[in-house]
Amino acid sequence: MLRKRAFSGGVHPPQSKITAHLPIEEVPLPPQVVIPLQQHLGAPAEPLCKAGDTVKIGDKIGEAKGFVSVPCHASVSGTVKAVEPRLHPLGGRVLSVVIDSDGKGEVASSVMPDPDYMQRSAEELRARVREAGLAGMGGAAFPTHVKLSPPPTKPIDTLLINGAECEPYLTADHRLMLEQPREILAGVQVIQKILGCKRVVIAIEDNKPDAIATMRKAVADTGERYEVMSFQAKYPQGAEKQLIKAATGREVPRGGLPMDVGCLVHNVGTAKAIYEAVALRKPLVERVVTVTGPGVRTPKNLRVPLGTSFAHLFAHCGGLTEDAGKIIMGGPLMGIAQFSDEVPVIKGTSGIVVLTQTESRLSDPLVCIGCARCVDACPMKLVPTHIQTLVRHERFAAAKEYGLLDCIECGCCAFVCPAKIPFVHLMKYGKLKVYQLERAAGPKSA
Amino acid sequence: MEKERLVSASPHLSDAESIPKIMYGVVLSLLPAAVGAVYFFGLKALWIMLIASAAAMASEAAVQAILRKRITVADGSALVTGILLAFNVPASVPLWLPAVGAVFGIVVGKHAFGGLGYNPMNPALLGRAFMLASWPTSMTVFTVAPRGGSLCGIDPATISALQIDAVTQATPLKLLKVARGVLANPSAADASSYASYAKAVGALYDSYGNLFWGKVGGCIGETSTFLLLVGALFLLYKRYIGWKIPFSFLGTVALLSWAFAGTDGLLSGKPLFHLLSGGVMLGAFYMATDMVTSPVTFRGRLLFGVGCGVITMVIRLIGGYPEGVCYSILLMNLTVPLLDRYTRPRILGEKK
Repeated sequence: MLRKRAFSGGVHPPQSKITAHLPIEEVPLPPQVVIPLQQHLGAPAEPLCKAGDTVKIGDKIGEAKGFVSVPCHASVSGTVKAVEPRLHPLGGRVLSVVIDSDGKGEVASSVMPDPDYMQRSAEELRARVREAGLAGMGGAAFPTHVKLSPPPTKPIDTLLINGAECEPYLTADHRLMLEQPREILAGVQVIQKILGCKRVVIAIEDNKPDAIATMRKAVADTGERYEVMSFQAKYPQGAEKQLIKAATGREVPRGGLPMDVGCLVHNVGTAKAIYEAVALRKPLVERVVTVTGPGVRTPKNLRVPLGTSFAHLFAHCGGLTEDAGKIIMGGPLMGIAQFSDEVPVIKGTSGIVVLTQTESRLSDPLVCIGCARCVDACPMKLVPTHIQTLVRHERFAAAKEYGLLDCIECGCCAFVCPAKIPFVHLMKYGKLKVYQLERAAGPKSA
Repeated sequence: MEKERLVSASPHLSDAESIPKIMYGVVLSLLPAAVGAVYFFGLKALWIMLIASAAAMASEAAVQAILRKRITVADGSALVTGILLAFNVPASVPLWLPAVGAVFGIVVGKHAFGGLGYNPMNPALLGRAFMLASWPTSMTVFTVAPRGGSLCGIDPATISALQIDAVTQATPLKLLKVARGVLANPSAADASSYASYAKAVGALYDSYGNLFWGKVGGCIGETSTFLLLVGALFLLYKRYIGWKIPFSFLGTVALLSWAFAGTDGLLSGKPLFHLLSGGVMLGAFYMATDMVTSPVTFRGRLLFGVGCGVITMVIRLIGGYPEGVCYSILLMNLTVPLLDRYTRPRILGEKK
């Protein structure tokens, strides 16, 4: 048997892909959307509207400030009710545009198809991507146009389209590949045109054979020579560095980026959004969200206007069960637990998972017994137990030497730990302290 | 409306393993050998195991009560220590001895360092080392032959034909040690004893079956390779132990015994004999693999096993004891921090 393509380490949580067979549904228009002006890594956008303004779908409501930043757009038509700080799924309150929907769903006149989009220059295509407010839709939400602008010293020869979707429960990318393979591939063609990269790999975990087959057929229809590659279903197969290692054998250097080894990774959802941005001139105003988990009565895959509250989605999914405990934005391994169901869907919301109270109960952490399960599971080949010990003893410099900053916070170590040590929490804390101490020490002359 | 929700750092899922589950898994894996111990050495073996386990658990609870710590005796780790310690004494010991050893192992070997997770050395082995140093006669004189076998593993009929006293009193490794002393120096021995030792060694090497099934003298839990392997397979299957330590340990023992343990010079040794006799199987699968006191890195675990194998064979071949597994593991336990430090794996993307 052929050796399955995979990285070393990782874990096999139960897949729980209970929504895999459910076609994407449109969610009924929410009465109100809350669109945070920061939905991406980098500088927040500045508001372009004020209370009382009327907007249509696709109208720009926030302007990007700086290169690593993207604009925001209205996702419903209606009246701006307020521009004020609101709860944000990544924590705290963030300046947001609150729009009351008029229920008409009118689309701005700026949204108009451009059938000749492939004739445009790379520059123009990149500008359209940025204008459309694209940020990575796999979860990390890095501004897409920045990724599409590698410095000339770092040519990209391999484009990886990430359809691995390795988190349990999530099926948004899976459904997208089944339902809109042509749009995804059209986006891939745009990226390829912008970057001029030769090799394109579409990476899918082998637990989605239907998606692999669909994408293979769609690739054949385009006549392109893209490789649709099947990877062993193993978490975190979709993590950038692990995906690159498994697909190409290349290792992104410590502290480096995929472009350092000639690679670029885009999520399938981002590829589809790139197509819509350049061919339809449609900004990123909606996305596919998997609303799932044992705490949701009727789990679904939904196409959702950005800014829709989680509560609205739950209502459309039959509500939450009596024993619903924890609401997570993203998957259960890397997702972020939410205080409230009033937070909005943002560009990086790939799923909302609701666990039961029993599942979300925390167990008391015990002391490490040196079982080494975390060492075997770490996809970065760190020694998590040593790093957590060093962090606990406030030996941050030593922890950094042991690779603290290389941690991708995938949570494999915490998942397998029999002592239930909160590894990711300690890693985040340790990183924070390292950055603080380095800032306090001033810029290093090296 | 808004309801209070539980919030915590990711990940929000974890697998079902826990420390008690692992510890009771180890207890389960020790059951075949425990039953074997009672079969081979009688009810006395059962008493030894019960007393050692009770003493280990009681002393753990007592220490934690005195130190006003949370009493964690239910996690199973003290029980594992008690059973392993019991496995490491001869059937002829006075019954208070395993109790003393277990208390020493738990109090000095474990809680003096902070309890589970902090102990540098395997508490059961430390308890055994304490017993061996303090009451050497009780720990090294084997007088109870196992049911259906003999102390040295040679079949009783063969023994009477050999006409040599050492055969009836020694365990296999002891017999080999004495025999090698005689055979390596023919001029010092008279011809008839030379001949009978040569025959004894021949008979010893024909006794693999008895060694494998456990019909030999020795500590109560270490004699049956078969029963220990049954439990070890379970541990390997459950991934409570990995293959690295046992295989590098056993591989080293095999290699060194083949090279240096023969009676006819270099490369005349019988690796299988050394693997099957003494405590090497018990040590390699159940003691050296103790999670707390073994390295966590891949290369660290391999080196740890190799080190255990080297020290075991040095003691067996040139040391004062016929058997060296206990000390080899204890000594290697002390190298674990260094091994872990210098065998850190190459981080993904790191250049070396």
